[in-house]
Amino acid sequence: MQSEVQFAGFGGQGIMLSGKILAQAAMEEGFEVVWIPSYGPEMRGGTAYCTVVIGDQPIGSPIIRNPQHLVAMNRPSLEKFAPMVRPGGIIFINSSIISISSQRSDVDEFTVPVIDIAKSIGNVKAANIVALGAFVARSGILNMASVEASVKFEFAKKEKFIPLNLKALAEGAKAAQK
Amino acid sequence: MVKLFTKPEALAEQDTHYCPGCTHGVIHRLLAEVIDELGIRGRTVGIAPVGCAVLAYNYFTFDFQEAAHGRAPAMATGVKRVRPDLMVFTYQGDGDLASIGMGEIIHAANRGEKFTSIFVNNAVYGMTGGQMAPTTMPGQRTTTSPMGRNVEDVGMPVKVAELIAALTTPGYIVRQAVIKPKYIVKAKKAIKKAFTYQMENRCFSLVELVSTCPTNWGLTPLESVDWAEENMLSYYQLGEYKTPE
Amino acid sequence: MGKVLMKGNEAIGEAAIRAGCLNYFAYPITPQSEVAEYLTHRLPEEGGVFLQGESEVAVSYMIFGAAAAGARVFTTSSSPGISLMSEGISYIASAQCPAVFVNIMRGGPGLGGILPSQADYLQATKGIGHGDFRMLVMAPASVQEAVEMTMAAFPLAEKYRNPVMILGDGLIGQMMEPVDFPEHLKTPPSNKNAWATNGMDTRQSEARNLVKSLYLDPEQLNQHNLMLKAKYEQMEAEEVKAEAYNVDKDYKILIVSYGTMSRVCKTAIMQLKQEGLEIGLIRPQTLFPFPGEMVLQAATKDSCQAVVSIEMSMGQLVEDVERYVKGQRPVSWFGKCGGEVPTPEEIIDHIKAML
Repeated sequence: MQSEVQFAGFGGQGIMLSGKILAQAAMEEGFEVVWIPSYGPEMRGGTAYCTVVIGDQPIGSPIIRNPQHLVAMNRPSLEKFAPMVRPGGIIFINSSIISISSQRSDVDEFTVPVIDIAKSIGNVKAANIVALGAFVARSGILNMASVEASVKFEFAKKEKFIPLNLKALAEGAKAAQK
Repeated sequence: MVKLFTKPEALAEQDTHYCPGCTHGVIHRLLAEVIDELGIRGRTVGIAPVGCAVLAYNYFTFDFQEAAHGRAPAMATGVKRVRPDLMVFTYQGDGDLASIGMGEIIHAANRGEKFTSIFVNNAVYGMTGGQMAPTTMPGQRTTTSPMGRNVEDVGMPVKVAELIAALTTPGYIVRQAVIKPKYIVKAKKAIKKAFTYQMENRCFSLVELVSTCPTNWGLTPLESVDWAEENMLSYYQLGEYKTPE
Repeated sequence: MGKVLMKGNEAIGEAAIRAGCLNYFAYPITPQSEVAEYLTHRLPEEGGVFLQGESEVAVSYMIFGAAAAGARVFTTSSSPGISLMSEGISYIASAQCPAVFVNIMRGGPGLGGILPSQADYLQATKGIGHGDFRMLVMAPASVQEAVEMTMAAFPLAEKYRNPVMILGDGLIGQMMEPVDFPEHLKTPPSNKNAWATNGMDTRQSEARNLVKSLYLDPEQLNQHNLMLKAKYEQMEAEEVKAEAYNVDKDYKILIVSYGTMSRVCKTAIMQLKQEGLEIGLIRPQTLFPFPGEMVLQAATKDSCQAVVSIEMSMGQLVEDVERYVKGQRPVSWFGKCGGEVPTPEEIIDHIKAML
């Protein structure tokens, strides 16, 4: 069993971090995992993406053309990557700034206004974590508890951000269930 | 009987390959005397250049490394960073230090690496047979400037001591000459001062030494000394360009 | 400590520290600058030396100077930077100093690109700089293996008094995987006092040491080169490492592939297996010395009809494969080298077309 999640958005939206938190949680659950970034000039301002591959067997190719799931944080990412998602996967859309749909009928598309939610809990920067919470809740790919532990691990050196990010996860999860 | 003059311990029992009248021998002796006087032979590492002094390691009795062309300051940086207790010097000619190795010497000086560079400026490439150096004088004939150095074409000779002294990082930067006894006495003082600063872990030090190359200048040793004094010292002025105080 | 999720570049930096290497000189270049960014914090914690040099040329000589002074030292760079270091590596090999070089390869030639590549295979395995010499070259296929190989590199460099290279592609440096760090390396005392220019006082010796690469006498230089050659032959006898995958099956095609590329091949092999097609794989872990005998043995298995070298380079690894298969099976090449990694699907299509 192997699933792949692609996180994509603008540089600065915390794309890499969302992926890293998911990867860390997967490792703690005992899965094999690889986190692969896009790197170089793409990191500065343009489209940034990373892919997290989670499996119960050693992971072969770290190059994923057709991921199972997509978390799209901006419109260019959705347009670019939605056609690549495998049938049956999830396409998450940040509806705060994406007004279109993927036009795919063979996937589970769902939208959450993560920027608005992040603002409502006090920090727009937590939008990536809201998205992560929503995706994890919808996909059931990992236990929410291990993602929460991973958030605590990631922010261990900036402890004051832990409550905000845990709240962001929870709000994302709640929004996904609506 | 009292022994008044002897070979420094730091100097090897070894005939040199240098040409008659070459000033490398003088500089080698000054270095060896200073190392003996400071009692640092057992913790000194010299770094030889590529150029006439490529075999300098044969003439000393302490640890030596042989660098690639121009890279001695980078090697010295490596040694000094991992072993700050060692006394490290580079011995470099004008092609090595001021042409191919300009980047390495500037950056080592600018980082304030705590080693000493002995820079032998004889205004010509010696080992490769007398080609033009960055320090060749205007109008000076070499095998690659047969009509004399044309400054319109290749620019003015590089004044290394002034160039390095212009860096903001503290250092000991001095130019002396090894062409006549009165200069040689001052040259030794400068070398000793440079090593003393290094022993105190004070700063980078560069001692530029105006030297001769009778073979490639096409002059006798005595004519060379006079030529250097008359032509080089007005352009390459002697003195301390920078001290760490 | 348990597993930690780490980027390859950072894991390599940590592995060097755990191998007892506390001296690092480097110049920034994508895609491996995270090694320096990691070590600029970690080395001061360990009382080590971190210095950003002014160029890769200078860095290679800082490595030379430090190694010649008896210190355990390493650097990391990527393809264009490694080209600049190749001059220094030649001197280091001749002067017989131990040092570790990590090349996180990007596409070339020239400035090329910054995405993963294996285009420096021939450069790394055939002597890299001027003159006759070899480096011991190891190629990791995962972050875990990058750690293990980095830690193994230092004792090997010291055993042979020779530069050792870790040859990874950009993905090995950039991706994060769980890593289980081995214990700190406990290496036996090296005999560096016999040769290092570490100051006569350090080794309480009246005899001075000399580190050099100049041999003007032709017979002396010949003898020096014969001695170096004997070391490389010893590496070939003692240090070859490779993984054989799916070779117990009756495969019709044998793949030879290394690094990240070999992982993609494994995925392709798994998928072909589900379709009833068996494919074998030899994955060299040391590129020099090359596991030629293993390749020959696997290639000449009765069921095997052809051998294909799959690489992120334009036909480099295939030269070594051909050299050892010695015409006993057809050997061909498949690959890409622009920064795009061939996908399992592309490999599957290619393999099927071969049958």
